[in-house]
Amino acid sequence: MLNNPRILIIGAGIAGLATAGALAANGFEVVVAEKENQTGGHLRKWDRLFPSRRPGEEVVGYLDNNLKGMVDIKLGVTVRDIIRNGNGFLVRLSDHTPISADAVVVATGFQVFDAHKKEEYGYGIYENVITSADLESLFKEGKKLTTSQGKHPGRVGIIHCVGSRDEKVGNLYCSKVCCVTGVKQAIEIREQLPECEVFSFYMDLRMYDRHFEELYFEAQQQWGVNFIRGRLSECSENPDHSILLKTEDTLTGRPLRMHVDMVVLLVGFVPAPGTREIAKMLGLQVGPDGFLNSLDEHFDDNATTVPGVFIAGAVKGPATVANTIADARATAQQITSWLKTKI
Amino acid sequence: MKNFGFNVQPDHAIDFDRNDKRIMAYIAIHEPSVNLCIGCGSCTGTCTAGHFTTYNIRRLHTLMRRGETSLLKQEIKKCMFCGKCQLVCPRGVNLRNVILRINRAIEQIG
Repeated sequence: MLNNPRILIIGAGIAGLATAGALAANGFEVVVAEKENQTGGHLRKWDRLFPSRRPGEEVVGYLDNNLKGMVDIKLGVTVRDIIRNGNGFLVRLSDHTPISADAVVVATGFQVFDAHKKEEYGYGIYENVITSADLESLFKEGKKLTTSQGKHPGRVGIIHCVGSRDEKVGNLYCSKVCCVTGVKQAIEIREQLPECEVFSFYMDLRMYDRHFEELYFEAQQQWGVNFIRGRLSECSENPDHSILLKTEDTLTGRPLRMHVDMVVLLVGFVPAPGTREIAKMLGLQVGPDGFLNSLDEHFDDNATTVPGVFIAGAVKGPATVANTIADARATAQQITSWLKTKI
Repeated sequence: MKNFGFNVQPDHAIDFDRNDKRIMAYIAIHEPSVNLCIGCGSCTGTCTAGHFTTYNIRRLHTLMRRGETSLLKQEIKKCMFCGKCQLVCPRGVNLRNVILRINRAIEQIG
């Protein structure tokens, strides 16, 4: 095994933090480069997690504490270039810091889909159309849902699959976590505004993981959330800034019109723009969906076709927080085994 | 014959084995994107004809798939060919060509 191997992790979201924590616990020197000025990525802006409704901040805090000064975290920097240096890598950061590393972990994560692209849903055009990420920020600030006219909405429409499973925006994949996020947010709206009706418009409800279906059950039984099977076709705004939804109620087989005071668009995952740049620098395989491909989806799902380069978390596609942490730990384990084979 | 006061009703179920599925087979060859439908209803939600008549393009597609052709022949006439359905389809089904081809298949099969 190499003397004092050093590992560079690109991205200090939860995937980067969890990988760093596990590698540091194994006694390796770890450097993390993060473009933002704080760690935690998207989770910093997320109020509570499904299905337990644990505060997102609590998870980031746990992962941060796990590092306990053992890891060198460089904030506000991007990767300028990466070159092969013997069996390792020489990485130059935007602040010109050179870092030599024996292994590199790409944990550049995802972005939420830009809802402006679904113009027919009116995000950025109609005042009372917001995204699930906007709603989460509002919850985080401890505010109650309010229309642009300063009133609490009497009826909210939650729209599933915005930017996911949609050929028109070039994203054929399912973002996995939006369905259960929608159910969670529907419950939270009913909790804070008991007078407000909530209608969820969906194609399929993919409650695939443990406790998800139970949350859906709770939403119906305890909170009276309404579910309509039909994908939203279009929105239009009324003079009073309420929104007219047009969809098909596929279970009655008839078009349906409904006025709501607010619309919440459940935006999906898209690859982070930085991922493509890093992939180009390292020669990594990018899938047709823009997420990174691993060496083997069953046996080497954290390695890449480039020896010494590993991937963790949502850089590989949509994932829950729990799955991301598990995946990051698997990456750390795979790096540990790989370093042992090196002389 | 003795009149029992009731008639034998035609079967309400879709008789899949007996139904004539030639139109669907024809469309699948000439517009294969028809197979991508997931029945989300975006097309029907935006359809102008569907807001004023019983026309339901999503349902018609499924009826065609099952070989329920008599209703298909009647209903397809209500399409105004505006193409809005195609604009909202998340699966990229070429709906205008599907409708064009249904009309052509009906002409040919009768």
